[in-house]
Amino acid sequence: MLREEAALAVPVSAHDHVQGNDHAVVTLVEYGDFQCPACAMAYPLVKQLQHRYAGNLRFVFRHFPLGQAHPYAQMAAELAEAAAVEGQFWPMHDWLYENQDAWVATGAAGLEAGARALGLDAQALAATLRNPDIASHVRRDFMGGVRSGVNGTPGFYVNGYLYQGDFDGLAHALGRVIARQQ
Amino acid sequence: MTPLAAGTTAPAFTLPSTPDQTVALKEFRGRNVILAFYPADWSPVCSDQLALYNELLDEFARFNAQLLAISVDGVWSHAALARERRYHFPLLADFEPKGEVARAYGVYDAEHGIAGRALFVIDGEGVIRWSYLSPMGVNPGAAGIVNALEALPANNIQKTIDAPAADAREA
Repeated sequence: MLREEAALAVPVSAHDHVQGNDHAVVTLVEYGDFQCPACAMAYPLVKQLQHRYAGNLRFVFRHFPLGQAHPYAQMAAELAEAAAVEGQFWPMHDWLYENQDAWVATGAAGLEAGARALGLDAQALAATLRNPDIASHVRRDFMGGVRSGVNGTPGFYVNGYLYQGDFDGLAHALGRVIARQQ
Repeated sequence: MTPLAAGTTAPAFTLPSTPDQTVALKEFRGRNVILAFYPADWSPVCSDQLALYNELLDEFARFNAQLLAISVDGVWSHAALARERRYHFPLLADFEPKGEVARAYGVYDAEHGIAGRALFVIDGEGVIRWSYLSPMGVNPGAAGIVNALEALPANNIQKTIDAPAADAREA
């Protein structure tokens, strides 16, 4: 079910992390938290959707760290943003979800393992992380999500409206939009 | 259930927040209050409405607003929940007489014996400025609250700057 009263308040722009075709008929925006177990469960399913709908689907990831519930979520989001400066946002996004159990168990040390796995220079990364733009990108994503009516993670928007329901329903919702617009 | 509408004076209440403390609405005169009625402690974390609000306390503070969450659960359940989820706002126990405050605000679900998922924004004069009842299974998020706080008249924000004076008058 798409909730018409919960519309994406911030349009997709050049500030976003985007995968897929700019002219795709469906844009799926995820508000996610790298320490959220439900987001990690959704991660391979999103990959399946991207594979299934290919050029018809554009995927956007925005940060929505629930830092009180997930103490390393903010740090992980900032690490992904710092990786983005090196053009490595998506590899870091994937690494964080694929290895969530491992890095969450050791917190900051676990996150350093992610930086090493991607071959990021530790000193350059540390300098980037001190740049206030990194944290403010994460905060901007978060507040944009709040204004859009995100009510938990992962929060999925299909062509600008919050999807409420299980993952099979999300796949069907995307399929219906694509079928209608072809 | 019909929640009290904007323009209505918020019914006064005093409820336990811990086994030995109470919170009264009138303590927040001169500040804005967000009342969040919710059905039950211990709903799942990732989709938890209160976990989201817990992330927004600084944002609410910018609007001179204090969040108070209310359910019919008792103080010991509230205490355990607040500790486990690291909530930094009061959870009030509308426990005895059960649901009395929820009833006063028009949001008690008598069939199930729980509070509805209802939100109120109350201004510094104790007047309800916005209310919203969400379907029981739908987490309403925080967009409505933020919009309502932004829509409060600027003089209300101004009052917050003068809050020490207001306190002095009351004393």
